[in-house]
Amino acid sequence: MEMVSLSINDIEVEVLAGTTVLIAAEQAGIHIPRLCYEPDLSFLGACRLCVVEIQGMRNLPASCVTTVTPGMIVQTHSPVVIEARRTILELLIANHPQDCLTCEKMGDCKLAQYCYEYGVKQSSLQGERHNYAVDDSNPFIFRDPNKCILCGKCIRACAEITGKNNLDWAYRGFETKATTFYDVSFGESDCVFCGNCVSVCPTGALTEKQMQGKVRHWEYQKIRTTCPFCGTGCSFDLCVKDDQVVGVVSSPEGAVNGRALCIKGRFGWDFIHNDRRLTTPLIKRKGCFEPASWDEALNLIADRLSEIKVKHGSNSFASLSSARCTNEENYLLQKFTRVVMGTNNVDHCART
Amino acid sequence: MAGLATSFGSGAMTNSISEIENAELLFLIGTNTTEAHPVIGYKMRQAARKGAKLIVVDPRRIELAEEADYWLRIKPGTDIPFLNGLMNIIIAENLYNQQFVDERTENFAALKETVGKYTPDYVSDLTDIPVEDLYAVARLYAGTDKAMAFYTLGITEHVCGTNNVMNVANLAMLTGHMGRPGTGVNPIRGQNNVQGACDMGALPNVFPGYQRVIDPAARGKFEQAWGVPLAGELGLMIPEMFDKANSGELKAMYILGENPVLTDPNSNHIRSGLDKLEFLVVHELFLTETAAYADVILPAASFAETDGTFTNTERRVQRVRKAIEPLPGKTNWQTMIALCEKMGHPMSYSTAEEIFLEMASLTPSYGGINYTRIDEKGLQWPCPTAEHPGTPYLHANSFVRGKGLFQSIEHIPPAEMPDQEYPFLLSTGRILYHYNVTTPYSAGIASMWSDEYTEVNPEDAARLGFVSGDIARVSSRRGEVTTKVTVTDRVPPGMVWMSFHYGETPTNVLTSAALDPITKTGEYKVCAIKINKIKEHIHE
Ligand code: SF4
Ligand code: SF4
Ligand code: SF4
Ligand code: FES
Repeated sequence: MEMVSLSINDIEVEVLAGTTVLIAAEQAGIHIPRLCYEPDLSFLGACRLCVVEIQGMRNLPASCVTTVTPGMIVQTHSPVVIEARRTILELLIANHPQDCLTCEKMGDCKLAQYCYEYGVKQSSLQGERHNYAVDDSNPFIFRDPNKCILCGKCIRACAEITGKNNLDWAYRGFETKATTFYDVSFGESDCVFCGNCVSVCPTGALTEKQMQGKVRHWEYQKIRTTCPFCGTGCSFDLCVKDDQVVGVVSSPEGAVNGRALCIKGRFGWDFIHNDRRLTTPLIKRKGCFEPASWDEALNLIADRLSEIKVKHGSNSFASLSSARCTNEENYLLQKFTRVVMGTNNVDHCART
Repeated sequence: MAGLATSFGSGAMTNSISEIENAELLFLIGTNTTEAHPVIGYKMRQAARKGAKLIVVDPRRIELAEEADYWLRIKPGTDIPFLNGLMNIIIAENLYNQQFVDERTENFAALKETVGKYTPDYVSDLTDIPVEDLYAVARLYAGTDKAMAFYTLGITEHVCGTNNVMNVANLAMLTGHMGRPGTGVNPIRGQNNVQGACDMGALPNVFPGYQRVIDPAARGKFEQAWGVPLAGELGLMIPEMFDKANSGELKAMYILGENPVLTDPNSNHIRSGLDKLEFLVVHELFLTETAAYADVILPAASFAETDGTFTNTERRVQRVRKAIEPLPGKTNWQTMIALCEKMGHPMSYSTAEEIFLEMASLTPSYGGINYTRIDEKGLQWPCPTAEHPGTPYLHANSFVRGKGLFQSIEHIPPAEMPDQEYPFLLSTGRILYHYNVTTPYSAGIASMWSDEYTEVNPEDAARLGFVSGDIARVSSRRGEVTTKVTVTDRVPPGMVWMSFHYGETPTNVLTSAALDPITKTGEYKVCAIKINKIKEHIHE
C-alpha cells in the first residue's frame, strides 16, 4: 500500500494514499468538526464545517472530501478556519429554534456542541425562519423539521443502510427539506421505522420518541448487548437510568450490523418494563393463580417433580427449553433435565 | 438442522453475514429476509444494488422480489421438483463442477438418476414456473463462480422440510458453491438463539456440541463431568411430548420461555396435552396462553437482566450483558440452580461465565471461547482452542463428515392440498413488526400493528366479495379463527397468507398436524382452508 506524508498543524503524518484530510487528522489525534460526514455513509461535503487551510489552495477546502497529497501542509484550526466555521455556525442557528432547554437532543447535539466550542452564542443574522409542523405521527420517531440543518445524513442512511429510500430532498432554496416522498408524515410514508436515520441525525430534527421527557443524554449508562429478537444477532447499547432501560442506541462498531438495526431491535425494548411482566412466582390454587414466595414455589416444584419421577419414572418428565434464552440458560435446563430428572426429554420450539 | 447435518456433517449456516456485501449471486428460497431478518435483508438489498445477481423463489411477492433479477413465483410445496429441475438442466448442459463433485462428494450417480426424471416441462407443470425461467436461473446459478444460497422456515416447515434442505445442499455441491467465502448453504435462524439452543444440547438426541446421547463414549464423558449416570436412549421431540401428554404417559413438564400454544401447529392438540399433565411449570416473562395451563409459574428475567451469550445464525457467540437488576429478583440461571439444589443436586456456579466455561470445556467447538475473547466482536465456532481465530465459513477443505453426501430426493406433495370443501391454500409466516411472541408486549409496536391481517388475492377477493378491512372466518379441518382481511397481489390467486403473532387470532389452530418424519417440524407453510366473510369493513 502506498503511503503519503503530509504535515497537519506542523505534525508530520503518514497515511495511506487515498485517505481524506479529515481522517488523516483524526489519525494524528486532531478532531476536525463535522456535521454531514459519517464514516459509514457516502461523502456529501455539504455542511462545510470541516473546512481547513491547505497551503497553495485559494479557498478553504472541505477536509471530508479532500484527499491527501504528498507534502501537503494543512492547518485545521488557524484563525481563518475558525472564522469560517463561526460564520457557518451562525448561519445555521440564524434559522434554528433555540429551545435547547426542552430539546430532546440536548447533551448529544452536534450543533450545540460546536456552537459552544466556537463561542457562537446568538446569531447576529436575523433572517427568515421556518415554521414547519412537527411530525408526531408514530410511536417511534419524532421529527421537527425546523431543527434540520440539511446535512442529508438521514437521506443517505435510509438509502445506503436500510435501502428503503424513503427520504430525499424536496423543494428548493430556502424551502429545501430533507423529507419523505410527497412530504408526508413518517406514518403515512413507506417508512419501516428502523430508526437508522435517527441514529445519524446530528440535531434534534429526528429523535427517539420513546425517550421523550424521560432521560437526558448524559444521564444514562450504555450497556452493550445482543438483540433478543432474531438470529441476525445485531449489537446495540441499552440505555439505563435508575435501574430502568430507557432506550436503545446503536453505534458503527456492531460486529454484525454496524449501526444498522430494525424496528424490533431499536424500538421493541419496551416489553422489558411492560406492566404485565410477572415479578413474583404464582401457584395455581383451585384454578386461580396466587402469588407465592420463591421458596414456596421452588419447594412445591421440587416436591412434585421428585414425586412424579419416583412414581412414574424419569421419562414421565419433559422440558422445553427456549431459543430466546441464553446459552447458559439452555445449558442449565438440559443439564437439569438429564442430571436431575434423568431423561433426555428436552427440546426447544424452533429446531429449524 | 437434520438435512444439512446429513449432507455436510453440520447443520449450521455455512458462511458469514458479512460475505453478503461482496457476493456475486444470492439465491433466496423460502426466506422473506427483509421482514424476518431485516438487517440481513438490508445487506442483501445493498449487494443487489451493487451488482450481485439476486434470485428470489417465493410464492409471495416479498419485498426483495422487487430487487431481484429473477423472481420465481413457485407453487407452495413444490421446492423439491423445482430444485431437481435446476439440477436436471445443470447436468444435462454439463454446467456442474466436475472437479468438486469428484473430489469432495459421494453418491453423485444416484442424484443424477433421480433428477433425470425432472425434465423442465414436467417441473414447470408442477411448480408453475415458466420453462425459460428454469433454464435461465439454472444457467445463472451454475455459471457464477460463487453463489450463496439462503433459506428459512419457508423451506423447512413442510412435511418434506428435511428433504428440501438436503436438496438445496445438493444444488450447492453440484455446482461447487461451497467451502469458500461468498458461497454456501445458509439457513437463517429465526429466533435469536436457535443456533445456541441447539449447540447447548437442548435437543433430545444430543448433549452439548452435538455429542450423541446414544454414543457410549460421549455419555461416559458427560457422566464423568456431571457425576451421575445418564440415560442412553433418545428423548422425545416436541410433537411426541404432546402426543404422550395426551395419552397420559407424560406427567410433568418444565417449559422455559416458550409459548407452544401460540407458536406450534395444531394448537388444540397442545392445549389438550397441557391440560392432561399432572404438573406443569412455566418459567416465563408474561402470563402467556401456555402459562395459563401451569400449576406453578416462575417469573423470568429478560435479556436485559442477565449476563450470558447468544449464538447468532452465523455461529457467532456474542455477549448478553446485565443492564438492570432482574425484575423478579432472580436471573433464570439462578432460579434453575436453586431448583437443582432443592432437588438434591447443588451446583456451585456464582456467575453466568462459570456456566459458560463448564459448557465450553465439554463442547469442542466452543473450547477456545471465553467471555474475555468475545468481549467486543464475538467469535464464530468452531473455535476449539484459545489461539483459534474462529471460523467464518465451514467445510473449507473437506466437509465435517468427510465427503459431501448427495441425496436423491423425490417430490412429496404437501400432506393436505386444497379441495372442494377447503378450496384455498393457507401459508403462514412472520411479519416485520413482530418476533413470535415478545413484540406484542412492546407498547409502541402493538399500537401500530395490533391485528392479524390475512392476505387475499384481488381475484379471489372479487369473487368472494371481500374488501380490505372486512372480517372473515378462516377454517380448516382442525379449527377456525376470525381475522381482518387485506386484499393484495402479494399472494397469488388461490393462496391465503397469515402470520402467527397474535393471541386473538391463533393461526396455528388451523395448521396441519402433518410432521416432517425426521425433525418432527410442523407443516406450518401449507394447509387447506376456506374463508367466509362475517363482517363488512367499518369505515372510521
Ligand atoms: S426509519 Fe428507516 S425507513 Fe424510516 S425514514 Fe428512517 S431510515 Fe428510512
Ligand atoms: S433531519 Fe437530521 S439527518 Fe436529516 S438532514 Fe436534517 S439534520 Fe441532517
Ligand atoms: S435489530 Fe432486527 S435484524 Fe438485528 S437482531 Fe434485532 S431483530 Fe434481528
Ligand atoms: S463534514 Fe465535511 S462538509 Fe460536512
